[in-house]
Amino acid sequence: MLLGLTGGRLLPSPRRCLLHCRHIKSAATAASGVGDGVLSAFRSICGEEGVSLGEAVREQHGKDESVHRCRPPDVVVFPRCVEEVSALAKVCHKHRLPIIPFGTGTGLEGGVGAVKGGVCFSLRNMEQVLDLHPEDFDVTVEPGVTRKALNAYLRDTGLWFPVDPGADASLCGMAATSASGTNAVRYGTMRENVMNLEVVLADGSIVHTAGKGRRPRKTSAGYNLTNLFVGSEGTLGIITKTTLRLYGIPEAMVSAVCSFPSVQAAVDSTVQTLQAGVPIARIEFLDDVMIDACNRFSSLSYPVTPTLFLEFHGSEQSLQEQVKTAEDITQSNGGSDFQWARDTETRNRLWKARHDAWYAALALRPGCKAYSTDVCVPLSRLPQIIVETKEDLIENRLTGPIAGHVGDGNFHCLMVVDPNNPEEMHRVHLFTERLARRALAMDGTCTGEHGVGLGKRALLCEEMGPVGIQVMRSLKDTLDPNNLMNPGKILQREEP
Amino acid sequence: MSGRVLVGVKRVIDYAVKIRVKPDNTGVVTDGVKHSMNPFCEIAVEEAVKLKEKKLIKEVVAVSCGPQQSQETIRTALAMGADRGIHVDVSGKDYENLGPLQVSKILAALAKQEDAQLILLGKQAIDDDCNQTGQMTAALLDWPQGTFASEVSLEGDKINLVREIDGGLEHIKINTPAVITADLRLNTPRYATLPNIMDSLMNNETELHKPNHRTSLCVGLIPLFETVAPEDMQGGTDRSGAMLRHTVLQSGLGLHTRSLVVFSIGIGKNKTKLGTV
Repeated sequence: MLLGLTGGRLLPSPRRCLLHCRHIKSAATAASGVGDGVLSAFRSICGEEGVSLGEAVREQHGKDESVHRCRPPDVVVFPRCVEEVSALAKVCHKHRLPIIPFGTGTGLEGGVGAVKGGVCFSLRNMEQVLDLHPEDFDVTVEPGVTRKALNAYLRDTGLWFPVDPGADASLCGMAATSASGTNAVRYGTMRENVMNLEVVLADGSIVHTAGKGRRPRKTSAGYNLTNLFVGSEGTLGIITKTTLRLYGIPEAMVSAVCSFPSVQAAVDSTVQTLQAGVPIARIEFLDDVMIDACNRFSSLSYPVTPTLFLEFHGSEQSLQEQVKTAEDITQSNGGSDFQWARDTETRNRLWKARHDAWYAALALRPGCKAYSTDVCVPLSRLPQIIVETKEDLIENRLTGPIAGHVGDGNFHCLMVVDPNNPEEMHRVHLFTERLARRALAMDGTCTGEHGVGLGKRALLCEEMGPVGIQVMRSLKDTLDPNNLMNPGKILQREEP
Repeated sequence: MSGRVLVGVKRVIDYAVKIRVKPDNTGVVTDGVKHSMNPFCEIAVEEAVKLKEKKLIKEVVAVSCGPQQSQETIRTALAMGADRGIHVDVSGKDYENLGPLQVSKILAALAKQEDAQLILLGKQAIDDDCNQTGQMTAALLDWPQGTFASEVSLEGDKINLVREIDGGLEHIKINTPAVITADLRLNTPRYATLPNIMDSLMNNETELHKPNHRTSLCVGLIPLFETVAPEDMQGGTDRSGAMLRHTVLQSGLGLHTRSLVVFSIGIGKNKTKLGTV
C-alpha cells in the first residue's frame, strides 16, 4: 500500500514502474474520457480559462488531505455563478459524465477523488459573501468563501461563525461534509448552523432547500431538505450557496490547561463540567503520548499525563463563575492546578500545543505519514473506549497519540505510520477497523466529523444496518438515478 | 499632561476585496464595495486602547477625515475602546483631492485644539500606500516622530520605541508630545464585540467638524489624472526620474511648490511606485 503517491516520479522497483506506466496511460486516455464536443460545450459556458485539462490542475483536484491516493478527474471546470454550474451539470447529465464538486481540497476522507474519472467542478471562483444581515445573525456565502475569509469579513460587525474544523475550509464544503470542530460543544456543528442551501442537482435543476432567500431562525415547513444535503458529501447535489447562523463574538475569552493522573479523571471532569451547566466553549483532551510529542515539538514542559485544554467564552462576570466551577470540578478529580490565560498572546501560547498536535505527532517519527481516526461515542462511554484503544495501540506496537473533542465524545488517534512498510500499514488498517467497531458497539458512530468518503463505506453499512442503508440508497436513486454525483462515496454500489 | 491620545483612522476599501478599475479610468470602483478601517489604523487604535487599559493615558479620541460614511469607521474605533470620535467632514471634490498633506494639517490643528499628548496613526493606508501622514503631522507640529513602531512603552514623559527599519530593529527614546505610526507587529487588534458595537451606535460620541471653520484646510491640489489597470500598460516605459519630471512639466500642470504628487507606472503586470516628484 503506497500512500499519497502522485504519479510522475521516476522510481526504481518494478512494481513502482508499473504504477508509473499506469499513470502515463491514464494521462493519455484522460482527454478521451471526455469528448471534444463536450469540452467545447464546457468552454462555451465558462469561457476558455474556465476549463482545464492540464495534468497538474487535474492532479490538484483529485486529492485532498487524506491518505487516499490521487484520483484525478478527466477535466476540471471553473464555473463563476450558479447558472454556469447548472448549465455544466446539464451537459454532464446528457453525456452521463460523473460530477465531483471541489471546494478547498482540505477534506480528510478522500471525498474528491474521481474514482470513475469525470468532471471536477472547482467552485473557487464563486467567492462572494452575499446578504449579510447582522441584526438577524445570518449570512449567505458562495462555495469559494472559506471560514477564515468569512470571519475576516465579519470582524467589524461583532459577529463570527464559530464552527472551526482546523483547516481553512470552504463553508459550502463544510456543509457538504457536516463538519464540526473544537467549538462544537457550545456552538454546534454544521447541521445546527446551516439554515438554507442552494443546490444544483444532477440534472442541472436548482433547488433552495428552505425556499429561495428564506432565513427564518426556525421552521416546520415540509421535509428537512437542508439537513438532507448537509453531510451528503457531493453525492446528492452541488452546494452553490449556504445561509449560515452567526453568533456574537464573545466579550472575553479565558483559556486553561489542567493535567490529570488518568484518562478516567480527565473525562470524568469533562462530563461533570457539562452536567454542571458550564457553557464551556472548547474542551480538548490530549493523552500522555500526545503531550510528550507536543512538549518535544514546541519545547514546552507540560507534565506527561492526560491533559485537558479548556476555553471559556462570555462576559467578564460569567467567565469568573465558569472558571471557578470548572476549577472546583477538576480539583475534585485530582487535576493539577489550573494554568490559565486571559490575554490573546498568552492564550495563543497555551493553545499552541493543541494546534500543533498534528505536526508534533508527525515529528515523533520523521519520514512517516499521519492518518487521523475519527470516532464518536456517548460521553459516558468515552473513558472506556479511550482506555481500550490505548491498550490496543500498545499491544500492536502502533504510534497513535490521541487528541479529542471530549465535550462531544469525539476523539482522534493520529496514526503515524511508515508508508513504505506494508505490514505496518496493514496493522494500522486493522486497528482502525477495530476502533470503529468498538465505537459502534458502544452506540457511537464510525465518523464524528470527517465524513464517510471512500474509506468508511463498509463501516457505514454496519452502523446504519441494511434498512437504513436501503433508505439512503432510495434517496440517492431518486435524486441521482444515473449515479453521476461523486460516485463511489458514502454508498457502495450494489452488485447487480 | 492632558493624557489625551488622538488616533487617526481612515476608511478604505476592505483588504480582502478585489480592486477593479472604473470603465472610464478615472479611479477604482468604490460604490457597493465593502469598506472598513485601514488595518494599520486598527493596530493604532488597539495600541491606544491598550495604553488606556494600562492607565498610562486618560482618553482616546478617534479622528477620521472623509464623507458621512467615515462615521462608521469612527464607530468601529469606539467599539474597540476609544472614548470619543471626531469626524472631519470632507466630501465630494474635496474628498477626491484629500491626501496626506491635507490630513496632516487637520490633525496638527486638532492636536493643538485638543491638547493631545500623543498622536497614533497607522504607518500607511492600504489604498494609497503613501506612508506620509504621520511624518508630515510631526513636521507641522515640530514634534518628535516614532514611525514603523513595533513596540511602544511610556516612561514618564518619554517614550521608548522599537522601530522596524531596513537594517533590523532600532531602539529610540523620544519626548512627548510625539507622533507614532504603527507597524504590523505592534499588536493584534481586538475584534469589536457585539455589545460594544451596539453601545457605540447608541451613544453619540462623535463631533462633527467642517473644515475651513476652525481648522485650516488646503484643498484643490492637482487631481489624479488617470487610473489605468496594469493590463492596459504598454511595455518599455522609461523609468528614470528625470524623464518623468520632464513629462509632468511639459504637460503644463503647473505644480504648486508645496504639493506632492505620487506616481505609479505599471510595466506589463508589474506596478511600481516611483515615489514623489
